[in-house]
Amino acid sequence: MTGERSRPPAVAVEIRGVNLSYGITRVLKDVHLDIRPGELFAFLGPSGCGKTTLLRLIAGFNVADSGEVLIDGRDIASLPPWKRDVGMVFQSYALWPHLTVRRNVAFGLEERRLPRAEIDRRVAAALDLVGLGHLAERRPSQLSGGQQQRVAVARTIAIEPKVLLLDEPLSNLDAKMRADVRRELRELQQRLGITSIFVTHDQEEANTISDRIAVINDGSVQQVGTPMELYQRPANLFVAGFLGTANIIDGRIVGSSPDRAFEIAPGIRLPIPAEAEAPPGAKLVFRPQAARIGAARPGQSSLPGTVLDREFLGPTVRYGVRVGDARLAVDVPFHAGEPLAEIGAETTVGLSPGTALWLTD
Amino acid sequence: MTLALGARRGAPATTRGQRALAVAIGLFLFAFLVLPTATVVFVAFTEKGTGQFTLVNFVDFFRTDLFVRSFWNSVYVSVMSVVWASALALPLAILTTRFAFRGAVLIQTLGFVPLVMPPFVGAVAMQLLFGRNGSVNLLLDDAFGFKIPFMEGLNGVIFVQSLHYFPFILVNLSASLRNIDRAMEEAAQNLGSSGFRLIRRIVVPLAMPGFVAGASLVFVKVFDDLATPLLLNVKEMLAPQAYLRVSSIGIADPMGYVISVVLIVVSVAAMWISALALKDRDYATVQRGGGGLARRSLTGWESALGYAVVIGILLLVLSPHIALFLLSIATIWSFSPLPDAYTLAHYNRVFAESSLYIKNTLVYASIAGLIDVVIGTAIAYLVLRTKLVGRQWLDWAAMAALAVPGVVLGIGYLRTFYGISLPDGTPLAALWITIVLALAIRRLPYALRACTAALQQISIALEEAAENLGATKARTVRRVVVPLMTGGLLAGFVTSFSTAAVELSATLMLVQSNSDAPLAYGLYVFMQSSNGRGPGAALGIIAVLLVTVCTLVSHWIVERRHEGAGNR
Repeated sequence: MTGERSRPPAVAVEIRGVNLSYGITRVLKDVHLDIRPGELFAFLGPSGCGKTTLLRLIAGFNVADSGEVLIDGRDIASLPPWKRDVGMVFQSYALWPHLTVRRNVAFGLEERRLPRAEIDRRVAAALDLVGLGHLAERRPSQLSGGQQQRVAVARTIAIEPKVLLLDEPLSNLDAKMRADVRRELRELQQRLGITSIFVTHDQEEANTISDRIAVINDGSVQQVGTPMELYQRPANLFVAGFLGTANIIDGRIVGSSPDRAFEIAPGIRLPIPAEAEAPPGAKLVFRPQAARIGAARPGQSSLPGTVLDREFLGPTVRYGVRVGDARLAVDVPFHAGEPLAEIGAETTVGLSPGTALWLTD
Repeated sequence: MTLALGARRGAPATTRGQRALAVAIGLFLFAFLVLPTATVVFVAFTEKGTGQFTLVNFVDFFRTDLFVRSFWNSVYVSVMSVVWASALALPLAILTTRFAFRGAVLIQTLGFVPLVMPPFVGAVAMQLLFGRNGSVNLLLDDAFGFKIPFMEGLNGVIFVQSLHYFPFILVNLSASLRNIDRAMEEAAQNLGSSGFRLIRRIVVPLAMPGFVAGASLVFVKVFDDLATPLLLNVKEMLAPQAYLRVSSIGIADPMGYVISVVLIVVSVAAMWISALALKDRDYATVQRGGGGLARRSLTGWESALGYAVVIGILLLVLSPHIALFLLSIATIWSFSPLPDAYTLAHYNRVFAESSLYIKNTLVYASIAGLIDVVIGTAIAYLVLRTKLVGRQWLDWAAMAALAVPGVVLGIGYLRTFYGISLPDGTPLAALWITIVLALAIRRLPYALRACTAALQQISIALEEAAENLGATKARTVRRVVVPLMTGGLLAGFVTSFSTAAVELSATLMLVQSNSDAPLAYGLYVFMQSSNGRGPGAALGIIAVLLVTVCTLVSHWIVERRHEGAGNR
């Protein structure tokens, strides 16, 4: 853990067909996930989607009705939480107020009955790693939120767990600190090379630090992939809407391959490329940056519309444009001095069919 | 928010009315709390006759065997009461907080039962159930041939007090167990701790503050209690000694004052410990994203065991009430498990001869409750809503009454106000109004907390809206603040009233004539003679009913307010 010492190789976490219900509410529905050794993996989803339940299941605080969790190939279902060697950083940090920072960090090592000298050495190393060596004798209540969070991390990594679990690790920090702390977490995880899973409802948090993300909604995994894959190729409407802003437009598919088109309103059609998948009942999905306002470029389709409103976002201006009955968001890069489209003006939205997707629920 | 702050800063700091109010309350507290207490301390440290500073009185105190014995008896009784009260409270607290136990409601009710009757009321009746020749020992002797000295000497005081005061530990301990974030325990499990080690290293330390707070409260209540040992005929304890010194030798004897100072020191120390314990409690409370302790469901026989424990304790807790009731309707009850025959004669006698006691009690307790609510509201308002310099001192002064035992306040009143005579020559201390003032001072801390809580719940914006529409400070208080506080004020009044109705420590010192005596005093007088026990018990039952009704009413008011707040 000090870097010089060799660490045991990172382990894989496999979740196989896990189901869990509270009464008649199905909280987890047939969840399958493969988390690779050394990976920083995120469970991303809205509140109540089951992501924390899944994390607590790995830690042993929840019990699955069926399915299994394998760590390093071993089923851990029969192990109680205190025998799992799965370190968890709690959302509330759960630092014990009656113990000093040092005693908090030493707790897990004491429970393992390590020799005193070994405990002292590892506590010091863990505290140094999070940069809190000088605060070892403080009580948790005397620390700032960010410091408390680091103590919670140090307490967990001190036991050198096989897997590190983080439950909404940044949610109790103020917005300004989050960016710094998440970068530190990422660096720490890379340095330790420990397989880590963290739960978040914040897509920016998941995108910035994780290797891969599982998007979870309503108890089931919607899609697993790197942040870029999820953004560029969302598998369904939920993922498209949850990660970033997306235009999701109703309409119907007319014609047949290779001359299919998507009709947004009578007379307003977007050709569907031959290679694109467009299952029946699909909706048109594209990012605001994929479209432009004004005359279409070569290869783009033009959709006639009316400018409804505009929001200045800094680097871009986001226009709301009415096309048929639909309202589209279109981002235009902002350059000082360039004239802006007026509200109420007739305009056209240019869209390359190649950047559009047709997705279902 | 910034706007509101700006407006506040712009307004004059305080009005003349607020300052006058603060001065009036300050004078009242000085005259009826600070001055009498200070007098007691002063007398204890001065030489009789010359008025010079001396420690001789304390040296005398510690050289007199009787006093030293009394001191250690008081300490012993208080400590043992804490021990037994903890033994009663611990299983109940664990059952309610750690397990999904259906009997939890029963436990909560059980927590209130003893509090509706002061310990001394049931003390005599308890002898008939648990005394050497009481029901339980007669049955034990018949069946097994031995007796248990429940009520012998100090044991009796310990038994009665621990039954009465265990709810203080139960309530505080349960609250702090409930406030432990579930994640605290899970984090320990996650780091490899489980079972008994987890309880010892995490749960016990986190629950400790609540336990210490409750235990020190029990300690101080038992240490200061005068009436229970007196009624059980235990004289070698400190509070009874103070009373006996002053009532038999007179108010000039310094020993009563020395004992008073010892009582105050012990009270203050116990409260200081309690405050220290509670100071650290804040940060142990449930944090965001957490829940209470993990609860385990009970298996069939565990649940049965749980019920057995709860029902056993419930019976024990109700035993003073049962015994008192039986005594009140018994013709003769002696050397037999149950009374020989039953009669209503005692009630008739009480209503015929002693209705004056009841009337006095109602009058005294009502006036005391009223004074408490008025002063409590005023202090709460000054503290929370004005920037008056020194306003916090009013709060502290009023709360300091908690640390002054009833006996001490009584002695202080006698000494301070005996010298002051009315135009017709009667000393001020002999008037019944001094009893009322003593009751009001004793109950003020509780009423003050109720009023403060009520005022805290009112958004300051409601008052600012009234001022914005042209109401002055005084009219805002009358038209907006007081109506919104009504529920809280009523609850405060009822609490003051019902506890003042059965208070005896201060009253015992201050009652000068039988015609001025309240119910608690009458009860004490009745219980002194063996043929007065029946009527005494009847009077006790009346007191219990009075207090029960008041407690229920105050609960009902508080509940209804909560519902109202929920609907808003």
